[in-house]
Amino acid sequence: MSQNLAAFFYLIASVCFILALRGLSSPRTARVGNFYGIAGMVIAVVTTLLTPHVVSYWLIIAGIVVGGAVGTYIALNIQMTALPQLVAAFHSLVGLAAVCVAAAAFTAPQDFGIGVPAAIERASLVEMSLGMAIGAITFTGSVVAFSKLQGLVSGRPLMFPGQHYLNAGLGALLVVLIAVVVATGAGAVFWLLLLLSLALGFLLIVPIGGADMPVVISMLNSYSGWAACGIGFTLSNSLLIVTGALVGSSGAILSYIMCKGMNRSIVNVILGGFGAEGGTVVAGGADAGDRSVRSGSAEDAAFILKNAGSVVIVPGYGMAVAQAQHALREMADLLKKEGVAVRYAIHPVAGRMPGHMNVLLAEANVPYDEVFELDEINRDFPSTDVAFVIGANDVTNPAAKTDPNSPIYGMPILDVERAKTVLFVKRSMASGYAGVENELFYRNNTMMLFGDAKKMCEEIVKAME
Amino acid sequence: MADPAALAERARELAGDAGRLAHGLQALAYQLAAQSPAATGPAGGVPFVYELTVFVLAVFVGYHVVWRVTPALHSPLMSVTNAISSVIIVGALIAAGPAGISFAKVMGFVAVALASVNIFGGFIVTQRMLQMFQRKK
Repeated sequence: MSQNLAAFFYLIASVCFILALRGLSSPRTARVGNFYGIAGMVIAVVTTLLTPHVVSYWLIIAGIVVGGAVGTYIALNIQMTALPQLVAAFHSLVGLAAVCVAAAAFTAPQDFGIGVPAAIERASLVEMSLGMAIGAITFTGSVVAFSKLQGLVSGRPLMFPGQHYLNAGLGALLVVLIAVVVATGAGAVFWLLLLLSLALGFLLIVPIGGADMPVVISMLNSYSGWAACGIGFTLSNSLLIVTGALVGSSGAILSYIMCKGMNRSIVNVILGGFGAEGGTVVAGGADAGDRSVRSGSAEDAAFILKNAGSVVIVPGYGMAVAQAQHALREMADLLKKEGVAVRYAIHPVAGRMPGHMNVLLAEANVPYDEVFELDEINRDFPSTDVAFVIGANDVTNPAAKTDPNSPIYGMPILDVERAKTVLFVKRSMASGYAGVENELFYRNNTMMLFGDAKKMCEEIVKAME
Repeated sequence: MADPAALAERARELAGDAGRLAHGLQALAYQLAAQSPAATGPAGGVPFVYELTVFVLAVFVGYHVVWRVTPALHSPLMSVTNAISSVIIVGALIAAGPAGISFAKVMGFVAVALASVNIFGGFIVTQRMLQMFQRKK
């Protein structure tokens, strides 16, 4: 296949990838979009295999068969609640693949047409080093994110003195090393660059707490794109450049949306340490100690829900942990049979990855036109009879609007307090991730339902029948 | 001092020299153009600024396409972008492609395997997610 023809097919693949993202603008077109993505990938791989640079196929076929089998097995067997850690793990693979390709290009530049060993073109060295450094950061960063999400290590932020100076120093050192690699083309410096990039990826994610993971995953998503871009520049391959840029900007936009959902800057999230206090509760007011909480049983909740005209369900990470989505949908079905209008309200940062709650509700067969985003539903709370908060806390805390000293001040929240009655399904009175007490618990129109989210839903269903 | 006739003669000589030089330069340029495709591999001889153009335009396309994605589908967006970023397999295939065996080829093999996990895993998980999104019956 001639170079021109190959470039033409790469162009078609790029367009397929753009259409794949375009399809996601609506759930109706999304599946077609995914097929465009698959088609684009097939075109890209076949085109590359037909170029004259690929002459030996056995190792390639072995790689695709082994990798494909592993990927297929994992994807078919993964639980939807484990999605965030799966995506983190997949990001790490892209990062590592980028590192491998950069290492191959550095040791055998003649295969890539960018010079001969020890005399690689300057521009290619810049692009290669950048691609490898970003790939390495993506790799170790994603491994840390995966470990936190999977619960292999504590989700608490890990801080130590001088951490930010160390990271900044390491970042500066990486830039210097890239300059040295470009100037001298020295192999030793190139490998040192790899090691330090791996270390930096690890150190960058370690101080970031579990509930900031939506931002971290989006950020790593973005990095994996930029790494592909760096390799694309090295190979002068427009398909890699276009795809890398698409993925890179997509991840960046998601990070921005997640940060806005928490009213925090990306710098604030990256510096980490948020939620470090853990158990220590910042008292909402002076008389926090002797305020009383009204707690109820599943029967009470069933009675209130049945007699309501409209219910809005607010799911959070607690629902995912308890795997309560199916029981919750059963409860909602019974309510609908009783003639109650049921809707769902989703905060942008609920869960551990963007859109996490939407996927879980979809898994439980909740129709997507009953699920609403924050700005679509917030003004309806005053006319809602019951707000049913299940496994969410900080995203409903009115302190975000009223208390300028609160760490979550300014964060957009779901106005559940305006509903006539608020039901809170929670395991205990513990504060949420931000370590802030939620004064809603003490309001007269609030009833706490203590217990596991799934069990509570099942008991409410029993009580209603 | 030099008379006008000698000056004119000298000018004619110089003009001739310039013409020959220009001719030689053109020949060299042709030669260079003829040789460069042979000297380039997959990387081709594309000027950096063209690549940069493609990059910047693609960032804009990405920006506009992604803002139109409905928030409900942000998880599938993440897994599908993850799958398509494995297009890095193109570089891996070139690394694993040459005959014989070398460090670079092994690296290429590893990258092909890793990217394949991602391609199959990413697209299948996305498909599983998207199948679950349905309308009210």
